[in-house]
Amino acid sequence: MKPVSIKLDQVSLVHANGQRAVNNISCEIGSGERVAIIGPSGAGKTTLLRVLATALRPSSGEIRILGKDPWRVSRTALRELRCRIGMVHQAPPIPPRQRVVTAVLAGRLGHWPLWKGLASLAYPVDIAGARRMLARMEIADKLFERCDRLSGGQMQRVGVARILYQQPDLLLTDEPVSAVDPALSDRVIGELNREASERGVTLVASLHAVDLALHWFPRIIGIRNGEIAFDLPPVRVTDAMLKDLYASESTVPTQGNEPLAMQPAGVRRKPLCS
Amino acid sequence: MRSEEAAVQVRDPAAVPRLMLSIAIIILLWPGFRLTEFDLGVLFDPRNREIMGKFIATFFPPEASADFLRLILKATLETLAIATAGMTLALLIAFPLALVVTRSLSISRIGPARGFAAGRFLRLPARFILMFFRSIPEIVWALLFVRAVGLGPAAGVLAIAVTYGGMLGKVYSEILESGDTRPTLALLEAGSGRLAAFCYGMWPVALPELVSYTVYRWECAVRASVIMGFVGAGGLGQLMELSMRMLNGGEVSAILLTFFLLVMLADAISAMLRKATA
Repeated sequence: MKPVSIKLDQVSLVHANGQRAVNNISCEIGSGERVAIIGPSGAGKTTLLRVLATALRPSSGEIRILGKDPWRVSRTALRELRCRIGMVHQAPPIPPRQRVVTAVLAGRLGHWPLWKGLASLAYPVDIAGARRMLARMEIADKLFERCDRLSGGQMQRVGVARILYQQPDLLLTDEPVSAVDPALSDRVIGELNREASERGVTLVASLHAVDLALHWFPRIIGIRNGEIAFDLPPVRVTDAMLKDLYASESTVPTQGNEPLAMQPAGVRRKPLCS
Repeated sequence: MRSEEAAVQVRDPAAVPRLMLSIAIIILLWPGFRLTEFDLGVLFDPRNREIMGKFIATFFPPEASADFLRLILKATLETLAIATAGMTLALLIAFPLALVVTRSLSISRIGPARGFAAGRFLRLPARFILMFFRSIPEIVWALLFVRAVGLGPAAGVLAIAVTYGGMLGKVYSEILESGDTRPTLALLEAGSGRLAAFCYGMWPVALPELVSYTVYRWECAVRASVIMGFVGAGGLGQLMELSMRMLNGGEVSAILLTFFLLVMLADAISAMLRKATA
């Protein structure tokens, strides 16, 4: 049996304003699994990912990430655990005045001793490494550009490059391609999947683009109102399920902030064994 | 139809608190004006106007003899030196304390995790030190240090270092807190340490604000060093005190013009640095 990477047992999270963003979720994600989380806006996808990233503490329930309970272990152990978790945010949390190379190298700050981080501000310590990750996102030419010169889609790819550079054991991505055009979206999601299968790391990605999710991921978790609606391989996700999932949303699922060309019905799926 | 009716019913929930706050501010300000005997009429009283007029009349023309200008130059350099040295020491006090006080740099806050209460408790003494430093006016510190290290610029430097350290520390932490703290948070959530998260996440966000505030405080330090000159801490203030005592209006106005030039200089430096860090 494969080791378990994430284990949630009846996890709930109530925000300070009383909103119940995650409601009684139990699930297990094995090491090296690749999972896509889909669901309408406000369904609790981001909150769930932030719980997995140990950025939010569940109000109730048991949680184990990479074999540890993040809220029971010591402070050093928690920091070590966090070094092993990489989170790609939808809005890349990168200072606009920072250069791309610095923003990418910052991914390894948790692993580096302080002196190395400070030295890297004077002269980037691993230009080649940063360039390699940017090349995978097809923006190697922006290496020494300032981040405020980049478009939204380019920024998102810098954010992904930073997490690839971090080399985490658990790769979480929150709408990593919401501002990237469809062709590149495919490339970025493909790179994330390649990273996950090559290094055997767990990948959990929330996606608004349903076709990307169904095409690239062997396991799909549909979330609605903070609860798991379904948890199935893509071939068993029916159009009716998708319609039901997005029923409360007036708009159709989007890709690159554009409405998906097709309705959720008829989205291409990858065969289960390929 | 139903939804339209509901839309009419919706009220801004922030309106009542906002109104109460406005009323509270007016109620609080009123006794302040009464207590300070604030009365614009006094300014236009003919007797007062004549006294003020006579005093100001002695200001012209400003003293411009070579000897006095040389004195001013020496005193100006001394004042600049006091302000700059004082600010440097103040930065050494302010920065570490600001980093301790800033909540966004707390790792245990995320969650909150272990050590959250301890962290909050540890921030208190740092906050208290900052408050203590700035609650005592620099002139009082200067009087204190003049007794400790004797008459001269050193007392002024120390006084500025302590008071401005307190002020800078407080405002720095507020600047750091008011910027976009998500980059810092993201780094902390990826396991980086406080100092690294500050350098990579906060510094680039807050740099222009930090620089312009620091230059503004340097300008204030120039003025403060003048006031402290009155109690014997050297520089332009000491010169001005002599001129005032001798009722030499021309000299006083020449020194005031020098202040104006210094403020212009600070303004130009600030604009330049802001442009460089934009």
